[in-house]
Amino acid sequence: MDRIPILKMGPHLLVTIQVDMHDQMAMALQEDLTARIDKEKARGVLLDISALEVVDSFIGRVIGNIALTSRILDAETVVVGMQPAVAITLVELGLSLQGVRTALNVERGMQILARRVEAERGSRRPPEVRGAGND
Amino acid sequence: MPGTTERVPIRTSQDVVVVRQRVRTLAAAQGLSLVDQTKAVTAASELARNTLEHGKGGEAMLESVANGARRGIRLTFVDEGPGIADIAAALKDGFSTGTGMGFGLPGARRLMNEFSIDSAPGRGTRVVVVRWK
Repeated sequence: MDRIPILKMGPHLLVTIQVDMHDQMAMALQEDLTARIDKEKARGVLLDISALEVVDSFIGRVIGNIALTSRILDAETVVVGMQPAVAITLVELGLSLQGVRTALNVERGMQILARRVEAERGSRRPPEVRGAGND
Repeated sequence: MPGTTERVPIRTSQDVVVVRQRVRTLAAAQGLSLVDQTKAVTAASELARNTLEHGKGGEAMLESVANGARRGIRLTFVDEGPGIADIAAALKDGFSTGTGMGFGLPGARRLMNEFSIDSAPGRGTRVVVVRWK
């Protein structure tokens, strides 16, 4: 069966869905991604759906599950590039993708993930370093 | 083009993808806007999945239709599965007996201009939807 490739970019994982996924393929992506988050100790997942012309309730549910599962594994998922026609259709369908972080494009999505990693580095710094005036 | 019916068997989840692609092509050929194409394709995907999951497989029939100068598409999904005992309940958001979220039927109904369903236990299910330009 065809599988969606998962690329590692520093502390994050990048998934670009380029094909019209059938249901088993979407389920496989969810499983593969969860395993990779665990294996790589990923901090973030960027899910690029700009090539997706349809997001129905099944694929919407898989996207929601990916976001939920990654959060439980302490990785943030950002869904980027949803086509406007897909967004309009999703709302009418009744899916709100609640709890799923979205961004307009890959660049902005990466900024969100990078900020999270930065914020964590900052909070892990010992107090004496923080007071040294380098901030 | 009007009058010809394209039949797509629905036996696997790959067939659901084929239905999506054929509906996209037909909707575009009939001049539906990108948003309306997307709505029709999404509705078709929900209904085709129902045919596969609940109806144990079946068939989609895709047609172009016209009402005067108005053009559109009509999609029919037929299965010979167990049928639906309580159609009113199945048309409510969040009602699900399968793996979905229960947005299949009510969602497809909202995304199309016309919607009709004929089903009874032991008689299978037939859903007809129309989207006008």
